[in-house]
Amino acid sequence: MKTFTAQGFQPVDQLTKPGSRTEWTLKEKLLLGLSPGDYLKQLVRNPLNWVFAIIYAIGLPILVGRFYYGLGWATHSSYDYPWGLFLGWGLFCMVPLSASGFMLGTTVELFGRKDFKPIERLGLLNGLLGYLFAVIFLQVDLGQPWRLIYPMFVSLGPAAVLFLVAWHVATYLTVQVAELVPAASEMMGWQKPKKFVKSIVLGLTVSGIILSTLHQGALGALFTYAPGKVHPLWYNYSFQWFHFFCSSIFAGLSMLIVVSTLSKWFLGWRCDANFLKNLDRITLGLAKGASLALITYFVIKLTAIAHDNEWALLFTGWGQWYIFEICFGVLLPLFLYTSAIRNQSVRVARFAALFAVLGIVLNRLNTALITYNWQLYQEIPHWREIVITITVYATYILVYRACLCRLPILFTWKSDSK
Amino acid sequence: MKKLNRRAFLKGGLASGVAVAAVGSAKKANAAGDFGGYPDSMGVLVDMTKCVGCRTCEAACNKEQGLPAPAKPFTDMSVYEEQRHGGLPRRTTEKEYTIVNRYEVEGREQPLFRKFQCNHCQEPGCLTSCFVNAYTKTPEGAVIYDATVCVGCRTCMISCPFYVPTYSYSSPTNPVIKKCIMCYDTRLKFGRPPACVEACPQQVMTFGKRTDLIGLAHKNIQDRPDRYVDHVYGEHEVGGTSWMYLTAVDAPFEKIGFDTHLGKQPIIYYVKEFLAIVPMVLLIWPALFTGFHLLATRKDAQKNEESES
Repeated sequence: MKTFTAQGFQPVDQLTKPGSRTEWTLKEKLLLGLSPGDYLKQLVRNPLNWVFAIIYAIGLPILVGRFYYGLGWATHSSYDYPWGLFLGWGLFCMVPLSASGFMLGTTVELFGRKDFKPIERLGLLNGLLGYLFAVIFLQVDLGQPWRLIYPMFVSLGPAAVLFLVAWHVATYLTVQVAELVPAASEMMGWQKPKKFVKSIVLGLTVSGIILSTLHQGALGALFTYAPGKVHPLWYNYSFQWFHFFCSSIFAGLSMLIVVSTLSKWFLGWRCDANFLKNLDRITLGLAKGASLALITYFVIKLTAIAHDNEWALLFTGWGQWYIFEICFGVLLPLFLYTSAIRNQSVRVARFAALFAVLGIVLNRLNTALITYNWQLYQEIPHWREIVITITVYATYILVYRACLCRLPILFTWKSDSK
Repeated sequence: MKKLNRRAFLKGGLASGVAVAAVGSAKKANAAGDFGGYPDSMGVLVDMTKCVGCRTCEAACNKEQGLPAPAKPFTDMSVYEEQRHGGLPRRTTEKEYTIVNRYEVEGREQPLFRKFQCNHCQEPGCLTSCFVNAYTKTPEGAVIYDATVCVGCRTCMISCPFYVPTYSYSSPTNPVIKKCIMCYDTRLKFGRPPACVEACPQQVMTFGKRTDLIGLAHKNIQDRPDRYVDHVYGEHEVGGTSWMYLTAVDAPFEKIGFDTHLGKQPIIYYVKEFLAIVPMVLLIWPALFTGFHLLATRKDAQKNEESES
């Protein structure tokens, strides 16, 4: 793409072709304004696409095999570890990392912080795609994915935590689609849907907060069903939901910093001046939010240990692993964030974000897989399970990139020239 | 124009609030209070001191439930040497709803055999965690399962403190949960004891009303304090179970694979704190955050008014 931009190419960013009154066709819009030949050329030139090609060459047959031969073929089909990587990674890690949607919606629409506007849509998209692929991961993991709507319409178990997760993720996905309708409308040149969403945006945002509070917390509450199975340091039936909810705040914000940084590096041609100019300032703003959530999370984690009087457990092997998680995933990013804010150093804030994201992944995998069944044995996922997880995640990245290239997320759609 | 929008939003918010409140309160009603089990539910008392490990119960279960033939015949005692992942003894699988394990306990001459199957909790974790309500605790005491609505999320396997439910992972098109149902369809419903109980040549298991069995168990302990540990496993564990156990005084429960740290509360007890916040968040957040919005944007609103006037 850099080659084309160097030659003076400008990707589609308005309804009409530059210098004329003719409108872009949908096909031209999807090809970013390139001719099919040129589009193919840039696809082939991009080394990342070759990585994807290799992943798909290996992963797709195995993904198909999972549905043809069953879960027993793709996983260890353990009775002791019913949940593996598909949920451990795909649900429990992806969902907190996608909390940016409701965070940015709240900041901009509810608190009226218009200064975060340039990154709002990226936050929303990060949320939508993360949730969408969490559901896709769930579909890979469910024994009978075609029965996904059963808890909604066929047989209801409203007292179960997973019932709440199912309903909330479904409604929240709808909310997030609605929140991104304006972006799609601009690209397609629709007027009415954008206007309509604008009129209900406050309602959407508030429901986004409600749904997010509850389902982020509910993911933690799912583990309250397993006292004794999850190691006591990662288990607390009073605070579990709050640990998960509170950590999702800095997880979402940090993921947004990571994604916006990647966009700036690799999709620079697609970002407009408004986005690039504001990104550093916004990154530090997000860093502030994330550091507040981090310190809250750290204190509530300590409170949980005090509440159950588990200090002695800190001196066991698992305790050291716990201390490592807290130091690496909470205190280190907290320290880096605060020093970044103090010194106005965006670079440090980006490092902090990376550590915070890795820390969240570590925490969720610790709860769902590593310390789960700590009294039994350690489950190492089957290699096919790992390959499938990588394949689905690669698809996530691919769809993400495709959206960023086309929808007015990183750039503002020019509508005035019409 | 703006005012109208806000009114429309508030109307919509109110309607959805009422709708979610209905869902929320239903949740709370289900979670509130202690159920404690049906009064006349049946149970089984297992006296492990009598078991000789003949595996007749395994064979009877296999036949009664129409399970596939095992890899080794039920007369083959080499299964007691088998170890699964992590050096653990055998466990129930999608093809075996009950198994017997042998435990060599230090300081005891004879090995002790432990029969394992679903304990049929009074307030089952599997039931309370199921989001399609596939599980039922019948008044007779059995915890049964409706495979036709199961989505396969396997949360019940997470929430069972005894690691009982198994999953037929091998089936690509119709994988379901497999576990002991206390022979509900074929026997318990008609007041007959489960197949394993009836088949036992040593009369290890006593079938009867759960309340009677608790009395019997304590009487046995009182009569023979030299023989039995003074604890009826399952009387109080996780809110009580329909299957209860007595063990030998020189083979305490913790040495023969029983989890003695489960506590007396049913599994749902640990989830209630979260369930209680659900209706609160649903009802309080809308007003709270709309209020925040009005506060945060009050300067803009003032400006608008000034410019209008």
